[in-house]
Amino acid sequence: MDDTATPAGGTRWTGNKWVGRPMSRLEDAALLTGRGRYTGDIDVPGTLEAVFVRSTVASGEILGIDTTAALDRPGVQAVVTATDLAATPGLTALLEREGFVTTTMPLLATDGVRYAGEPVAVVLASDRARAEDGAESVVVEIAEKPAVISIDQVREGGAGAVHEEAPDNILLDSTLFSDDLDSVLESSHLVVTKRVDTGRVVALPMEGRSAHAHWDGDRLTLHTSTQVPHMVRSAVAEQMGLMENQVRVVAPDVGGGFGQKCVVAREEVIVAVLARMLDRPVRWVEDRGENIVASFAGHEQVHEMTAGFTAEGVLTALSTDVWCDVGAYSAYPFTCAVEPLMAAGELPGPYRVPRYAARGVAVTTNKSPTAPYRGVSRPQITLAVERLLDEAAARLGIDRAEIRRRNLIRPEDFPYTGANLVTYDAGTYGESLEMCLAELGYDRWPERQERARAEGRLLGLGFVCFSERTGYGTPVFAGRGMAVTPGFDTAVVAMDPTGGVTVTTGVSAHGQGHATTFAQIVADRLGVEPSQVRVIEGDTDAVPFGWGTFGSRSIVIGGSAAHRAAGRLAEKLARLAAHRLEAAPADIVLENGSAHVRGTPARSVSLAAIAHDAHIAVQHLPEDEEPGLEARDSYDPPGTFSNATHGAIVEIDPGTGGVSIERYVVVEDCGVVINPLIVDGQVHGGVAQGIACALYEGLDFDEEGQCRTATLMDYLMPTAMEIPDFELHHLETPSEHSSTGAKGMGEGGTIGAPACVVSAVADAVAHLGIPVDRIPVTPQYLALAIGAATDNPDPGEQT
Amino acid sequence: MKPAAFTYHRAESVEHAVSLLGELGEDAKVIAGGQSLVALMNMRLARPSALVDVSGVRGLHHMVLEPSGELRIGALVTHAAIEDYPLVIPGFEILPKAAALVGHWPIRTRGTFGGSIAHADPTSEWCLVAVLHGARMVIEGPGGSRTLGSEDFFGGPFMTDLGHDELLTEVVLTEPRERSAIREFARRAGDFAIVSAAVAYDIVNGRMSGARVALGGVASVAVRAPAAEAELEGAEATPEVFARASRAAAEDLQPPSDLHGSADYRRRLVRVLTERALADTLAGD
Amino acid sequence: MRTDSETLNVEFTVNGEARRVSIPPRRTLADVLREDLGLTGTHLGCEHGVCGACTVIVDGEPVRACLMFGVQAAGCEIETVEGLALPDGSLNDLQRSFSEHHGLQCGFCTPGMLMLGTAYVRRAVAADRESVREVVSSNLCRCTGYQGIVDAVCELVCHPDGTGAGEDPAGDS
Ligand SMILES: Cc1cc2nc3c(=O)[nH]c(=O)nc-3n(C[C@H](O)[C@H](O)[C@H](O)COP(=O)(O)OP(=O)(O)OC[C@H]3O[C@@H](n4cnc5c(N)ncnc54)[C@H](O)[C@@H]3O)c2cc1C
Ligand code: FES
Ligand code: FES
Repeated sequence: MDDTATPAGGTRWTGNKWVGRPMSRLEDAALLTGRGRYTGDIDVPGTLEAVFVRSTVASGEILGIDTTAALDRPGVQAVVTATDLAATPGLTALLEREGFVTTTMPLLATDGVRYAGEPVAVVLASDRARAEDGAESVVVEIAEKPAVISIDQVREGGAGAVHEEAPDNILLDSTLFSDDLDSVLESSHLVVTKRVDTGRVVALPMEGRSAHAHWDGDRLTLHTSTQVPHMVRSAVAEQMGLMENQVRVVAPDVGGGFGQKCVVAREEVIVAVLARMLDRPVRWVEDRGENIVASFAGHEQVHEMTAGFTAEGVLTALSTDVWCDVGAYSAYPFTCAVEPLMAAGELPGPYRVPRYAARGVAVTTNKSPTAPYRGVSRPQITLAVERLLDEAAARLGIDRAEIRRRNLIRPEDFPYTGANLVTYDAGTYGESLEMCLAELGYDRWPERQERARAEGRLLGLGFVCFSERTGYGTPVFAGRGMAVTPGFDTAVVAMDPTGGVTVTTGVSAHGQGHATTFAQIVADRLGVEPSQVRVIEGDTDAVPFGWGTFGSRSIVIGGSAAHRAAGRLAEKLARLAAHRLEAAPADIVLENGSAHVRGTPARSVSLAAIAHDAHIAVQHLPEDEEPGLEARDSYDPPGTFSNATHGAIVEIDPGTGGVSIERYVVVEDCGVVINPLIVDGQVHGGVAQGIACALYEGLDFDEEGQCRTATLMDYLMPTAMEIPDFELHHLETPSEHSSTGAKGMGEGGTIGAPACVVSAVADAVAHLGIPVDRIPVTPQYLALAIGAATDNPDPGEQT
Repeated sequence: MKPAAFTYHRAESVEHAVSLLGELGEDAKVIAGGQSLVALMNMRLARPSALVDVSGVRGLHHMVLEPSGELRIGALVTHAAIEDYPLVIPGFEILPKAAALVGHWPIRTRGTFGGSIAHADPTSEWCLVAVLHGARMVIEGPGGSRTLGSEDFFGGPFMTDLGHDELLTEVVLTEPRERSAIREFARRAGDFAIVSAAVAYDIVNGRMSGARVALGGVASVAVRAPAAEAELEGAEATPEVFARASRAAAEDLQPPSDLHGSADYRRRLVRVLTERALADTLAGD
Repeated sequence: MRTDSETLNVEFTVNGEARRVSIPPRRTLADVLREDLGLTGTHLGCEHGVCGACTVIVDGEPVRACLMFGVQAAGCEIETVEGLALPDGSLNDLQRSFSEHHGLQCGFCTPGMLMLGTAYVRRAVAADRESVREVVSSNLCRCTGYQGIVDAVCELVCHPDGTGAGEDPAGDS
């Protein structure tokens, strides 16, 4: 374990009293009593409400915008179009990589619109209803052009160009790994080729995006519902030509993000620009319609794979082309390359693939842009590889579990470097698989399934293995060529004169419970209670520069930084205590709010007394000690690898095609668990989102590029009736790449669930020869396919 | 997502509501539970110039079983009131079962029976029940009251014969039946059904009599399935008969194809759900 | 075109306190609570009745505050999340149960879930886990996968073995 900050850490640190406990969260009380404060709750007198006028067509040329009628509506204060914002450039996400086409997302559509929902103008009024009155009075004249709406359409060629810079609508075409696999495939016993399609979904945090900006003469305060306050600060300062110290970005309570809020939205920038331009506070609260059609989407991919296997089912080679529909623009700062690079870079996942070739392509279409949505391509690659393995197993007559055993990374392989040049830290790939199979009763499954089939019931069992790379450090992002290169993060741990502890860090929670987990980590290091530790995040005036929360980075990177900074502070406390107790610093133990000499608990001093002196009576400090109690540290890991096996048993109603999930088992290993309640909660929520991708959610577009699922009536986010109870089991392989031994685990649920559910559904209808290679799997597809396969005379008997 | 402006008028009585509607003109609308209307207004898909709030009108909250066996339901009876009705209403046992399928609890607490009928969603449970039970809609207007059968009342999706200055005050369910059941399929709990099926019949001398089958989600309004009814009428209530009737129900349909379901899928659902609903009528036998 | 020039005076009680507001008719109860009364605990997640983030209790029944106009609440007794805690400010049983079972993450759906749960728990029905799930399915949560929420509500209404609590309905629903 990395513990460089405290060479004597092992002796100082009395062990984990708080880490590992299922502590209730410290942030709960406020949220349970209505005292949470989200961006939409911020009310500065004189605030103008902003409402965006959005394009009603997917593709076209703007011929004119008439704002006169809107300006006449009562309460409307201003109507702003691209012309008024000409001084502020658009957002340009950069990637230094061959085959990448740079495009710019203008703040408001200038000459053309590229998706239905693209902002064209902003109306500002005294309240939201009046601003909407104004918005519906803005007349936008657009010469409509045929829309480009699918990957297949782009591949066929002949579609119009979404961006002039990319006449073929390809924004990235990158061969990450080239290898001539022909001879290997030729000599393989079996070659499987497979196409897998995954639907377009939205993250759908229950709080949509929103921003409130306030300009006070030379300084901007921007409250925004973001996962990445410093990134927003950098972008806004740059767009507005300000020094970053003139901009304060605050992420107050944030009602979920899942990636949709880890990029900079143009609406955020516009609200800031308008607050200065109009010299009035400006607020924008996205409504659900906007959040579905106009915000960032993700996950729409086509995978085309060819894989070779030996007769025993061992993978010999794998090649893949991954096509990602990235929508109309490259989101800042991650670019539209996130999905294709992630997919092509990490597709082998937990399996040993000796020879690997991969190409990632970003296709631009007239649909809302994409951002990294929870799991980012891992749900898709897991689905793709697991479908491949299931098919190979079936064709080779090998048990599905057995083929996985034969290909999984084995304990003796660590540290394992794959053909994709990724080095995995130790995990429990095989162990988690066996445990999950045992939980599901896999050995008795064939009989159960047979019995069910004899009764006309369609039961399926599925299971999938995956590795979840988390806590990406600078080298990974730099390797991709990202001009804005996240990676490290920083924490400052300070003790005030009363002994109270404050942690400030650059990561930024929006539901993950950092106020509790970080307090647990720091409390253990300092020998205090978590309730004495206050964690501050999300306010760029108060916290060190950092990259926010995405990619399951917080506990790995921010948590390690806090762990290390707290270790440094513990060292200083020990030195000061040693001075007072006339002992050697190495003999000081910090426990229960005081410092005592090892073996002599009576020789002790309270931390509060030390803290008092360190600030208020510094004359008592040893000569060479600086005043104050504050330590800072940063952390930048190579990345950690959680792993899991998900297993499910489903039943398909042959009449309606409805799928119900009877059991859902997760065996996961995320290293040291800081707080089991929170880890379980992340898994529950993640799996629910994955089930949603597998069976319910999908943005649907007509040929004109109009979204037909623009409300929560039609975009089917599952309720508590569609989501089952989950059975969770944990394995614990501490990571060597984080100070606490914890691995990131915020996305695993979403990564495994689509593949797992699909595998179970496919198993249920395997005997009918129904392919399940496309998500979401709809009841209509299943019912009609089952009907065609069985010509079932009496599905109605099924209840 | 905020509604366009309107003026608000609270009606004290049926007559008051009718006269307000007359005064306020064609763009005025009745608001009862608001569970359909306000969502549409928030999205500005509905933009009435004035709302006449009838929720405080007395005398429209009744459920009365007439000696004739017909059931009169006041327009303002909420879905929740029907769901939680403490007594069994002979001949209309389907009511609480159907109520439980309408949206979710916090919607059922405000949404009204009359509002559902007046709103005329093609897969509304109450429209289905109205068609099943040969409902008569009692309408008050400036010229007094009139009564329409469901064939004449429902004009199409979200369309009825109600004039802008008329109020639906009561729905009379006729044709009580000993046995009845309802089945529907929606992808999520509480959603509007893709297809729904309701069945009812009496047993006379061991055979089905007065058989009725109604379907939602297969046409612009809820419809009866005469071919299925003919299969049931006079036959014994057996799985074989039910299967035949269900196939007959699906045969002649030309359901719409849309985002939620293709015509083929809807036909399949009709067959499946009708058969299951019929099977449900035997539960407890 | 009609404007908001006319406002109406409306009186009701919120969490037991008499309130009087002057509001345009088109303002929903949710917006009246949030904008006019500063009670921002009631959230808006969809404004078309599906998500339930806005759920409050009106005259004892759970309702969608986004589907009711403020003017319709005249004379009503309204309860919101701000009124749930005990008089000394500590969490009530349901709130505590939510925290213990990790029934909230980002907290955005939480006020609506709590009000729904409050109305449900008051009915004191002998509930099992499945019926709790069905009630919880009225509202959407994107973070928790619902398990913590179902656990939290079950704690108050289900037997430890997951079946009904055996209590008869209190009859006050
Ligand atoms: C999330 C959600 C899910 C839902 N799911 C379902 C479902 O599964 N099944 C279902 O059937 N419904 C569903 N509904 C709709 C709900 O049942 C409504 O309550 C019902 O459709 C309308 O009743 P209301 O009293 O709320 O009418 P309102 O919304 O007040 O009015 C609806 C329409 O009817 C008119 N109207 C109302 N009452 C009268 C009257 N007495 N005379 C003349 N005109 C009148 C109004 O002017 C308006 O045009 C759902 C609603 C929501 C928000
Ligand atoms: S905001 Fe009212 S139900 Fe979603
Ligand atoms: S806790 Fe975030 S939506 Fe429920």
